[in-house]
Amino acid sequence: MNKQEFIANLQAKLCGLPKQEVEERLNFYSEIIDDRMEDGLSEEEVVLELGSLDVIAEQIIADIPLTKIAKERIKPKRCLKAWEIILLALGSPIWLSLAVATFAVILSLYAALWSVIVSLWAVFGSLIACAVVGVAESIIFICQGNALSGVAMFGAGIVCAGLDIFLFFGCKSATKGTLLLTKRMALVIKKCFVKKEEA
Amino acid sequence: MDIQLKRGLLDVCVLTAIKNEDSYGYKIIKDMKPYIEISESTLYTILKRLELSGMLTVHSSEHNGRLRKYYHITKAGLARIEDFKNEWSEVVSIYQFVIKEDAKNE
Repeated sequence: MNKQEFIANLQAKLCGLPKQEVEERLNFYSEIIDDRMEDGLSEEEVVLELGSLDVIAEQIIADIPLTKIAKERIKPKRCLKAWEIILLALGSPIWLSLAVATFAVILSLYAALWSVIVSLWAVFGSLIACAVVGVAESIIFICQGNALSGVAMFGAGIVCAGLDIFLFFGCKSATKGTLLLTKRMALVIKKCFVKKEEA
Repeated sequence: MDIQLKRGLLDVCVLTAIKNEDSYGYKIIKDMKPYIEISESTLYTILKRLELSGMLTVHSSEHNGRLRKYYHITKAGLARIEDFKNEWSEVVSIYQFVIKEDAKNE
């Protein structure tokens, strides 16, 4: 692959992203390829060293904020004709409500996911409370001369504390996983925008 | 390495690479290579961020019949390097504490 093919292929993969942003990056790569060639490497060698196009494109897509991509996509490519505007307006009760509903469903699924995380942490918190209260209660029981109940209470408190330690690791990895999922989701959404343009 | 930490370190690295004279993309990567290797797209992101935060300015200059972008450090950029040097002595002393305490355990 030579320089021109590299730039053209990269451009094709970034189709649908903000024009100016893409152009600046392509210029940047083009300049670096020229500089490397001046350093004595052959065109093919330079392109090979830059690495896989897919990796580069993915990095760039991850780099550009979603809001910027969405803005670019919403901008119409040409002026709409009068009949198109009328059709859009007449159809709005259908497509607008569908779009809003889709968005709401995705949002609520995401909110549900986070509420599971929140409730996990809530269980974690209440187990701490149980452990503390259990131990405190056992002391009261023992002071009142009710040794058997005291020991039972103490045991329950310790069990709560033990469960809590396990739960902490679970909660932590669940939270981490959800954050990772959020990042992946953003990348998938961005890629959808890029793909649509290609089609 | 922690992403946030690495990002801050790379910023200072790139600023240092253009500190003594204006430099361009390929040369920055080449100058940094003995110390840390970064990809072209990483460098682009760093340069853009530094430009937006006013730590460097960009100007194009002709070279062998084509335009090449040169990066010039600003006062804010120089101040960032100085800040880093001051902050770093703190980090080094924390590191020494970690190593010393760790050695006691063995």
